[in-house]
This record gives sequence, structure tokens and C-alpha cells, in this order.
Amino acid sequence: MKNKNVTMIPIYVMGKKFEVPEDLTILKALEFSGFKITRGCGCRGGVCGACATVYRKKGDYRIMTGLACQTVIEPEISLVQLPFISARKAQYAVRDIDTESLDLVKTYPELMRCMGCNTCTKSCPVNISVMDYISAAIRGNLEEVVELSIECVMCGLCAARCPAEITPYNVALFVRRLYGTHKLKKSPMLEQRLRDIENGTYKAEITQLKATDVKKLQETFNELQANKGASV
Amino acid sequence: MSYPSGMRTSVEKVEQTRKARLNNEFPRLSVDDKAALLRNHHPDFREGDKLNLRCGVNKGERVPKVLAELIESPSRLNLASLDLTKPDYKTDVLVIGGGGGGVTAALTAHEHGAKVILATKLRLGDSNTIMAEGGIAAATLAEDSPAIHYIDTMAGGRFKNIPDVVEALVNDAPFIVDWLTKLGVVFDRKADANYFTHMPAGHSRKRSHSIKDLTGLEIMRVLCDEVRNKGIEVLEFSPAVELILDADGRCAGAVLEDLDTGRNIIVEAGAVVMATGGIGRLHPNGFPTSNHYGATADGIVMASRANAKLLYMEYIQYHPTGVAWPEQMLGLLLSEALRAQGAYVVNCDGEQFVNRLETRDALAAAILRECGPRGKGVETPTGMVGAWLDTPMIDLIGGEGTFLRRFAGIDHRFKKYGINPAKEPLLVYPTQHYQNGGVAINVHGETNIPYLYMAGEVAGGVHGHNRLGANSLVDIFVFGRRSGRHSAENYRKKPAEKLSLDHVSAHQEELKSLGISSGITSPMILPDYRFEKALTSTQYVNEIVEAE
Ligand SMILES: Cc1cc2nc3c(=O)[nH]c(=O)nc-3n(C[C@H](O)[C@H](O)[C@H](O)COP(=O)(O)OP(=O)(O)OC[C@H]3O[C@@H](n4cnc5c(N)ncnc54)[C@H](O)[C@@H]3O)c2cc1C
Ligand code: SF4
Ligand code: SF4
Ligand code: FES
Repeated sequence: MKNKNVTMIPIYVMGKKFEVPEDLTILKALEFSGFKITRGCGCRGGVCGACATVYRKKGDYRIMTGLACQTVIEPEISLVQLPFISARKAQYAVRDIDTESLDLVKTYPELMRCMGCNTCTKSCPVNISVMDYISAAIRGNLEEVVELSIECVMCGLCAARCPAEITPYNVALFVRRLYGTHKLKKSPMLEQRLRDIENGTYKAEITQLKATDVKKLQETFNELQANKGASV
Repeated sequence: MSYPSGMRTSVEKVEQTRKARLNNEFPRLSVDDKAALLRNHHPDFREGDKLNLRCGVNKGERVPKVLAELIESPSRLNLASLDLTKPDYKTDVLVIGGGGGGVTAALTAHEHGAKVILATKLRLGDSNTIMAEGGIAAATLAEDSPAIHYIDTMAGGRFKNIPDVVEALVNDAPFIVDWLTKLGVVFDRKADANYFTHMPAGHSRKRSHSIKDLTGLEIMRVLCDEVRNKGIEVLEFSPAVELILDADGRCAGAVLEDLDTGRNIIVEAGAVVMATGGIGRLHPNGFPTSNHYGATADGIVMASRANAKLLYMEYIQYHPTGVAWPEQMLGLLLSEALRAQGAYVVNCDGEQFVNRLETRDALAAAILRECGPRGKGVETPTGMVGAWLDTPMIDLIGGEGTFLRRFAGIDHRFKKYGINPAKEPLLVYPTQHYQNGGVAINVHGETNIPYLYMAGEVAGGVHGHNRLGANSLVDIFVFGRRSGRHSAENYRKKPAEKLSLDHVSAHQEELKSLGISSGITSPMILPDYRFEKALTSTQYVNEIVEAE
């Protein structure tokens, strides 16, 4: 890489000063400083939530939250690595739950402790309206929970900051699973396909394809591609 | 931040040519042209990036250089200090790896009555699976069929796939969609309750099922939750470092390493399912990678040491559209679905040079050619080059708002860096994405070593020389289920008489006798990105740019 004019900036990692190139993410800044990461790093791409972290900017009274692999550092930023925080998760069998008579508060009684402070929403690194889905869950509006929470990366920051000790992401996951299992209708085409496969409808054709030579298969493929139509 | 001025001029050219391009798509490659393009420009065909293994059962097998080095190194274990007579855990089935393949194998083995332990390197679910954006392939539409899925998969794999295994893949695929749906995965649907599907490159029907651009995330969340509900024992931050065999060379467990304390953990198992995923973090050929932090080919290293046969390990898939700018996102993947929805691929002058729907290998080769010998790439301030993926065409074709509706995740990530992908094109360059080969398996996921199974990316043969988009997610669940079930029904019932690591000492003896000394130990477990290595290195780009 032709990194010619790299500007170095000072950062603090657990109180210790390091000089690192500007524009690095928190994760890379920690690594550049010499930390070998074992915990707190997964996808390195903003989708797995493993790298949840807190930091403070120079002169700012607030504790900021973010994903270390996505947040860009700035001069004199103070970094730590977030310790692992365990969370309560209910045990359940999704298929056995009757969604009509469902009372989410029975599964997660701490929901009722929500005081509407919005700290969860403010701490979510992927900008989810966490408080709104928690209130939808309390109201029993499953569909709204699904819509609002679908991008959750399970980073745990909302739970770590919630003064009522709610674990929003586990509530949302429970609701999404219930919704997917019980509220989405069966696909008629899929049902038909499963029956056809079970009845051996494609067996002879595939057996024949397995014995077909490469040239012939390639031709069949070319024909399929020529007539395949739009991609969406 | 947005695009620096040097790149802006090129963005303007892309804008000027956009409308004219719309009804004027670049023609598809003929079979011969495609073959020539691959031969001349695909990294798989570059001599010197691969080596023939010099030792073990896979001697003579061609593999990427970086992998050869690991296979031909001594073990991380201090063999003398290990006491195998007192295992820390005993179980029927040990699953190694906590991605989609591993978690599925664990759930399925549990469902069939086996006692299961799942050991994984990072947190449960931290994997390549969680990163999958595009979708999962299955012939669920009326106009599709498993037979057509079979043909597409074989053609994509350059007809080198193992036919029986492909048959299992395409037949089970619709059942996997059903299984996941019943577990509560909220697949995108159409108004009539059928699945919303799209057609990634190389497929001939719309058969990729998605959950927005968060397909892997949603599936992984649900499966991990289910593992917790079933009370399956999970050992996190405890990667396997060697397989244990019995006196007859059959698999009997594994040695793990506790990443927090460095202690070794011995697990005796009636059968082992290995689902350790891919190779990206070895950076074959010096490419950036789309893979997660733990994709270091440990499974391949351990299995080949335990005498399991490799297949097609030399074939690495480079995804054509990895991010080339901003620097912080280098190597990250941009889903195929962007092209399916209308994003064309163009050069620095806004001209097309390849059809957007070519297979990954051809598209990657075309971008390398455009940025390298043809000199039509766009250079970034950090010296990276790339071609444009013209994402604003998506709204132009699908109507205002389409981009945001379908690609919320991508939108969110780029906006952080001041780039609005619905209005501005994205700079792309091929990124290492997938390991096409792996340990050879049969239809049950069995290897040539009794009681040793493989599921997912670590296995080879399903995809031949080149995997089609959306075919890996389905692969990991199909063979996760198959290996989970078969291992639960056929694990060793009478305990092994002796647990042994003799195969590891034999391997080290062989290295010594051949005079091979790499100076490192393996498996790698985690890449080392400390100090200067934290700055992204892209040797491959430098090599071609400098060769000009
Ligand atoms: C960014 C991205 C997008 C993708 N998009 C798609 C898509 O849209 N459709 C599609 O079909 N495919 C896609 N793929 C490919 C697909 O996601 C992967 O090939 C597939 O998920 C691999 O699953 P797996 O279970 O085999 O491996 P992984 O999901 O990678 O899981 C491997 C697991 O093993 C663990 N592990 C590794 N080494 C050890 C060890 N020594 N001991 C214990 N545990 C270990 C890892 O930590 C991890 O948990 C994508 C891949 C990436 C990277
Ligand atoms: S909702 Fe909570 S767990 Fe989910 S991404 Fe936001 S902060 Fe993280
Ligand atoms: S942080 Fe906790 S108490 Fe505050 S709004 Fe969110 S869930 Fe309610
Ligand atoms: S490492 Fe996965 S979100 Fe940062």
C-alpha cells in the first residue's frame, strides 16, 4: 500500500498514550497500538456485534457507545475494551407457544420496569429505535417489533446501559421468532415442491443429468441462461 | 468525508454516461472468451501463487502458498506435556465451529438423541455465516426445479462438482427453507405468502431467498437462540488445535485451546463434525478478504494432519465486488443482489467493460484486467485501485426508494463515511471471499477418516472449482443437517481403547526428515494484525500496478 503521508494522532487506551495513523477504526487503532484482540472482534464488518465498545471524546462529559470495527478514532479519544456482560435469556420452544394468548411480560417480566428513558435507543450503534420496539413489545404488537428490530446485531450495548436492566435484544429475538413461526403464512409453492421431492418427481431427471456428459450439460445450461428472464 | 476530489472527476463521468447505459447492456461473454479471460486474468490461474504439498496424505496436492506453509509446520501443541488418558469432556458428538454449519450439525445431532458439545473459536455465531447478505438458494418457485438447480450448480463449478453430493444439495434445499421458516426465520415474502426470491449470477431461476440484506445475521441469531434453548453445551473461545485419533487412525475427539488461559482441553468424542469455515484471513495472493476474523483454515490444517483427503483446495473464490473505498471498509463485501437489482460495473470513464451478471470468477478477472493492464481503474488517495459499481441505477430502474428498501445495511454503513450509495457509485475491487475446495466428503458429510465429518465451507466437492452465489448458505445447512444426523446415528459406541496424537508426531518427524522448517506453528487460530500489520496490505494490487 502506498501510504505516503500518514498523519499520526495521539489516542489513549485504558489511560495509556499511543500514536496511531488518523482515520483508523477503533479496532485497527487498538491493533496498531499492539493489542492482540481475542474477545471483542468477529466479522470486522459491522454485522456481528462482537466489538461493542465504549469511549470518550476529548473534553466531552458523555460516555459514547459504538462498534469498534466501524467507529473512526479522533485525536485524544479514550478507548477501553468492553468486558463480557452476560444477559438473561428465557428458555422456550417457539412452536409450542400460542401467540394469541401470549403475554410477553410473563416471559420477560422486567419489561414492565421500562421507564421510557430512551437510553437504549441512544446507545444503539446501528440506530435502532430500541425504546420503540420495547414499547411495541409491551403492547403486544409483534409485527412492529419485527420491523423495528430486524437490523439488531446483538451487540448488547442497549442492555448494558438500560437502567431498568432489560435485555432488549433477547426480547426482540423472541418476538421475531414467534412472528416468523406463527404469523407468516405457509408458501403454497414451497409446500407443493416438498411434496414433489418426497414423491420422487425429479429423481429420474437428476439421475439422467448425473450421467450426462459435460458438453451436453453446458449446452443445456446455455439455453437456460438465454431464456431466464429478469433477475428480480 | 465522501469522495476526494481526484475521484470526483470520475464519479461525474459515471453520472454523465448513466442514462445512455440503461438500455444498452454490455453483451455476455462467449464460452471461449470467458475461458480466455479466466486463464489470463484470474488469480487461480497465476503460477507461483500455489505450491504442491510436500508431505502427508495430501502430498502433491496443489494449494495456496499461505496454506501450504501452515500445513507444513509443526503443531501448536506441546505433545510431551499432554495427558490424553484423562479427558476433560466425554461426548457422543463433538462439533467444532460455531457458524451456520456447526450450529446446524449440533442441533440436528441433538434432535437425533446424541449428547453434543459444540466448541468454537470466538463467540457462538461469530462466523462467515453471520455476514452473508445476499441469500440462500433453493428451487422453491413453480417454474424452477431441483434439476435446474443441479445444472446451474454444475456449470458454475466448471463441472468438477461431485454429482451425488450436488444431488443431495439441490433436493434438500427446499426442505432447509422450510426448516428455517419453522424455526422462525422471517424470510422476505410476497403478498401471496410465497417467498420473495432473486436470481444471483450463474443461476437460471429466481431462487435466492433473503431477509433484506441481513440473511446470515437473521438465520444465525435464530439458530444460536435455538442452541441455547436446547441447552446444548457450548465452549466459546475454545478453538480446536488438533484432532485426536485412536490406534486405528479413526477419529476419537479433539484437543482444544482455551484462548483466555492458554490451557489445553481434551474432548473425547464418539464422532467429530468439523465446521470451521474458510481461509480468508490467510489473505491468499495478498488480497483483502470479506471473511470474519477467525477464518484461518484451521480445519484444513488439522484434518490433513489426521490424514483426511483434500479436494480442489487450490481454487479460491474472489468476490468481484469488495469495497475499495473508503479505506476503513476495504475488502468488505457488497452483495451480488446489488447487481441483480441493476447496478452496472463501469470503469473510470463510466464505460461498461463486462456484463454485470457474469459469474464471480469472470467478473473478478474482468475487473482485475480493467484496473491492471488496461489502466482504466480509479485510483484512491491510499493507492488502491478499483472499478465503479453504479448503485444509483437501482433506483433508476426500480423507482425511487428501491435501494433504501432493499439495502438498508449497505446504506447505513456507507453513509457513515459520507457516501450515499443510492445517489453515488461505489468503488469496488475483488476480495478473497470463499474457499471452493476443502476436505472431501460423501453425501453424509463423512470423510475418508471414520467418525470424522465435515460440514460447510471446510468441505470440498459440493461446488467444484467455483461456487455460485447463494449456494453456500444452503450447503452449510444441508450438510450440517446430514452430518449431524449421520453422526448421531453412527458415532462410536464402544469407547476408543487409546486416544492418540501419534499422527501429529509422525507429521513432525516427516517435516524433520524432509528438512522443512517454517519457523511457525499451526493451526493459526487468529491472524496477527498488530502494529504495521493493522494497516491494510494489498500486495496483489501493488504487484499489478507496479508491473505496468
Ligand atoms: C461477507 C460474506 C457474505 C456472504 N454472502 C453469502 C450469501 O449471500 N449466500 C451464500 O450462500 N453464501 C454467502 N457467503 C458464504 C457463506 O456465508 C459461508 O461460506 C458460510 O456461511 C460458511 O459457513 P460455515 O458454517 O462453513 O463457516 P463459518 O460460518 O465461517 O463458521 C465457522 C466457525 O468455526 C469457527 N472456527 C474456526 N476455526 C475453529 C477452530 N479451530 N476451532 C473451533 N472453531 C473454529 C469460527 O469461529 C466460526 O464460528 C458469504 C460469506 C461472506 C464472508
Ligand atoms: S438493539 Fe441493542 S443489541 Fe441490538 S444492535 Fe441495538 S444496541 Fe445492540
Ligand atoms: S433504556 Fe431501558 S428503561 Fe430506558 S427506554 Fe430503554 S428499555 Fe426502557
Ligand atoms: S467485529 Fe463484528 S460488528 Fe464489529
